[in-house]
Amino acid sequence: MVNLGVNIGNLHLKNPVTTASGCFGYGTEYEDFIDLGKLGAIFVKGTTGSKREGNPSPRTVETSSGMLNSVGLQNKGVDYFISNIYPEIQQYNTHIIVNVSGSTIKEYVMVADKLNDLEKIPAIELNISCPNVKEGGMVFGTHRPSAIEVTTAIRKVYNKTLIVKLSPNVTSISEFAKAVEGAGADAVSLINTLLGMAIDAEKQKPVLATVTGGLSGPAIKPVALRMVWEVYNSVKIPVIGIGGIMNATDAIEFMLAGATAVQIGTANFIDPRVTVKVINGIEDYLVKKDITDVNNLVGALKIVY
Amino acid sequence: MKKFIHDFQIISNRRINEDYFVLSLSGIQPLPEIRPGQFVQVRVDNSQNTFLRRPFSVYDVNYKQSILYLLIQIVGEGTKVLSELKSGEVLNLVYPLGNSFSLPDGKKVLIIGGGVGVAPLMLLGRWLREQKMEPVFLFGYRNSGLLVDIDLFTGFGKVHIATDDGSAGEKGVVTQHSFLHNVPGDISMVYTCGPEVMMKAVALWAENNGIPCEVSLETYMACGIGACLCCAQETVHGISHVCTDGPVFNSKELVW
Repeated sequence: MVNLGVNIGNLHLKNPVTTASGCFGYGTEYEDFIDLGKLGAIFVKGTTGSKREGNPSPRTVETSSGMLNSVGLQNKGVDYFISNIYPEIQQYNTHIIVNVSGSTIKEYVMVADKLNDLEKIPAIELNISCPNVKEGGMVFGTHRPSAIEVTTAIRKVYNKTLIVKLSPNVTSISEFAKAVEGAGADAVSLINTLLGMAIDAEKQKPVLATVTGGLSGPAIKPVALRMVWEVYNSVKIPVIGIGGIMNATDAIEFMLAGATAVQIGTANFIDPRVTVKVINGIEDYLVKKDITDVNNLVGALKIVY
Repeated sequence: MKKFIHDFQIISNRRINEDYFVLSLSGIQPLPEIRPGQFVQVRVDNSQNTFLRRPFSVYDVNYKQSILYLLIQIVGEGTKVLSELKSGEVLNLVYPLGNSFSLPDGKKVLIIGGGVGVAPLMLLGRWLREQKMEPVFLFGYRNSGLLVDIDLFTGFGKVHIATDDGSAGEKGVVTQHSFLHNVPGDISMVYTCGPEVMMKAVALWAENNGIPCEVSLETYMACGIGACLCCAQETVHGISHVCTDGPVFNSKELVW
């Protein structure tokens, strides 16, 4: 019997496998395919202060070993979430973590404050790294003083587990990790999508309506692994690894690099049952390696200089 | 409707012409209900540059033998790989996805398709006949070499054809077909699937004639199940998603 349980701040996850915000809807979309209760946690869709229609089409295009998206935080707003979605998803036998976004610090704080009152939401993930909205989002995640300011402001109103999702679109991601740790974050999750673009040479036009979008999928995994490793070596708070995880081996690599838990995103589009396969695969790996506790994998990377 | 993920075994890969082929896929018994207009998401293995699943309309279903048919056009590497699959090989499907065509108010309906857009119209024709409706098909192609299973469609209703070069049926685009100049007054619904420019012309014709029109849209998709919100389509109600609110829309709802 191996232990798969991990802790993110005060939050205990039954296993380290969670779903990335924006890739798993509210969980309900995947109910036909897997037992959601098997997941360590579900990070639901990015939620803002008021309704957002999102960006024009096309919002997605396939790229080499991945995809670009520019959904633009389409959601119905925090009040709709609380009155219409929360009642439906709170009976899931796993943690629901809401990804929080906004254009202004005031909006971020308002959303976090409202979510703080929801008994069955034990944590939020502060999204300061969305590359697809003009205001807010990545602006906060790529300017250190803004990252500190928004994290500090939310910490004042939010007293449960606060995870900050970091942008890879910076020179030194560990500087941002240290900054939000200092501002009161309980954990960091990384990486959000890498800013990219695709061009239609025939039409000599960009493929996405917004010209640029966020790159996800296996194409970004090496970058994500490197960043997780850097951040793990820079902060004391737990790191949640994200970026192109397609199978258990990928997830284990992130844990070896220093991730306490992982989020699976784009892979759900290709295999809606991938999360459960990853959980089983991690367990098999631990048994095979004679490791009794998954926590022993975290940062266990052996480097010989 | 409950969605499934299943492996299907290829029974046959029938080449229609240089660009089109029909895969016959043997699934679990019994197959879940698949409504006309719904689609499947196909995982394309052994294709290095095909990362996401590919959405295809269900062409036809044989429930007795648990066979599902897909009509596919070769447009890129993924569909090329699919076109080379052999019987016995396995294909993984997420299905049935999306909404479906609705039942008309009256008996007589018009089904207008162009190119590979005829794909969802076979199951539609079959279903309408089962509901005792009387569909008439009007199909447009670039040339006679692209005609698909006209004999099968004829089993469900009369088929009129237009080709760009006049090599089959009338010469010209389908929306200029003489049938539309003299259409019976009791048509209660127009269904259409094909190139967007054709569907827009069909929708306009239907609106001008006071007939409701349902169009089946195609777009880039990622998840196919309403999770990623990538397949956005502007409608009079705001942003809709082709994978869950569609692929079938009432033409009057679309802002296009």
